[in-house]
Amino acid sequence: MSEKVLMKGNEAIAEAAILCGCRHYYGYPITPQTEVAAYMAKRMPKVGGVFLQAESEIAAVNMVIGTSAAGCRVMTSSSSPGISLKSEGLSYMAGCDLPALIVNVQRGGPGLGGIQPSQSDYFQATRGGGHGDYHMIVLAPASIQEMVDMTVKGFALADKYRMPCMLLADGTMGQMMEPVSLDITAPETVEKPWAVTGTGCKRPHNVVNSLSLNSEELEVWNFERFKRYETLAENETMYEEYCMDDAEICVVAFGIAARVSKNAIDAARAQGVKVGMVRPITLYPFPKAPLLKAAEHCKSFISVELSMGQMIEDVELAIRCKRPVTLCNRVGGLIPTPEQVLASILKANEM
Amino acid sequence: MKRVILFAGHYGSGKTNIAVNYAVNMAKQGVDTAFLDIDIVNPYYRAKDSEELLNTYGVEFISSEYANSNVDVPALPNEMYAVMDRPQKSYVLDVGGDDRGALALGRLTPGILEENNYEMLLVYNACRPLTGDVEGALEVAAEIYAACRLPFTGIVNNSNIGKETTAQTVIANYEKAKAVAAALNLPIVMNTVRVDLLPQLEGKIPNLFPLTLQNKRLYGTQS
Repeated sequence: MSEKVLMKGNEAIAEAAILCGCRHYYGYPITPQTEVAAYMAKRMPKVGGVFLQAESEIAAVNMVIGTSAAGCRVMTSSSSPGISLKSEGLSYMAGCDLPALIVNVQRGGPGLGGIQPSQSDYFQATRGGGHGDYHMIVLAPASIQEMVDMTVKGFALADKYRMPCMLLADGTMGQMMEPVSLDITAPETVEKPWAVTGTGCKRPHNVVNSLSLNSEELEVWNFERFKRYETLAENETMYEEYCMDDAEICVVAFGIAARVSKNAIDAARAQGVKVGMVRPITLYPFPKAPLLKAAEHCKSFISVELSMGQMIEDVELAIRCKRPVTLCNRVGGLIPTPEQVLASILKANEM
Repeated sequence: MKRVILFAGHYGSGKTNIAVNYAVNMAKQGVDTAFLDIDIVNPYYRAKDSEELLNTYGVEFISSEYANSNVDVPALPNEMYAVMDRPQKSYVLDVGGDDRGALALGRLTPGILEENNYEMLLVYNACRPLTGDVEGALEVAAEIYAACRLPFTGIVNNSNIGKETTAQTVIANYEKAKAVAAALNLPIVMNTVRVDLLPQLEGKIPNLFPLTLQNKRLYGTQS
């Protein structure tokens, strides 16, 4: 195993992308993800790759579409307001069945908001963001090592299911530093016979396009795409369970909120409160099954979020509203403290 | 001790944390010290996080009024020119990371060179990406010099992997820092280590300087 290095989350994403074969990055600076672009600017020329600072987020995402259509691993990154700008491109990418990794290091909103961390793009990410019927794979790392691992996983899943994948981090995950291992020996790759690489006069033209001239055909495409989403949900849903075996209260949290929640759960357990956590790692597909199972032995759920309550709706849907779900949150760039989460747990325990 | 002590180096090499610890140490020794934050790169993990601590020790704190706010602009404090205007006071300068951060220092370079009572320290962490080898470290050092035109006078070896750092990490990476120092023809003036590692390293690594990690606002350490 290679020696560990001390990396910022944003740098870890960039280096992991390079190590798993991404040679094309198009971006535009915005705090708190700018280190992704800065790192790519330094590294890409040294590995024979392309770093391009586009004239806008919209231009960058359209460059991603073109590069992906040519069969190359490609990524872009931004933070919340920039992702809104990219949303049209994400819809086109989904409509063209194109794989790519899109990184969103979220900041507080709406509008320009602030530069501090947030998880308030949950709806935007898990519902697709742009127009039309589509989804992206959404991965939510909770450590810098997972920033590496999920970047690698994200490229592989995007290629395998021919759909855009979003790495949904937040300002804290992007900025904090932790030791990571960069052992990426054999990244998963797939053949892309659909790619627009030139026919060499040996095969019919490949066409990458989201426009259909025929409604019946467009309907078939949509049904086929959602069939793929079902397979994705069956095979690729990821989550972590923490102290769930005998839990009577279930905390649901992802990313930085899950780290804070773990501390709170340890403190509650020390007081004899039977509490555990389900941490979704894929936000889409959402880990419905473990939550529904938890509803059999948990009397209540707590959704811990850096938003006004977005994931809480998916928790309620997953458990089919069988148990009460309360929200424990901070917004505006603030993070719940372990004490705040502990207070929510103790309150739920009294109910 | 020189009058102006500057900490520059690769992005995320530990400059701010070291500068804060160093300024506190100077004040403890009775030196009339001011801390000048001229970081124009990083809106997070600013010396501003440690303003209260510095004030406790009587260190005057000078920083952009936009530091730690949502105003994400590369602003500098107008009081920065006091460095040359108040020659009776000692200064610790927290320079921004990489060449982009060192650019702001260029405005002060002529005065600092003329007075020639400074130490320009390259903070180096061998466990960081891009500066893990001598070649990468030299590249960053050359870029910083090109941006600010103030020659380095020494190296602060801050090689660590964060919370997982052990005495063995420090010992193993000391050799890498020595190689960088030799290539740059500069002395290692300090080997900074987390304070709890000090007993295990005394006698094994020279010029040890203990570090107390500063609270970081982004981690939610304040309400």
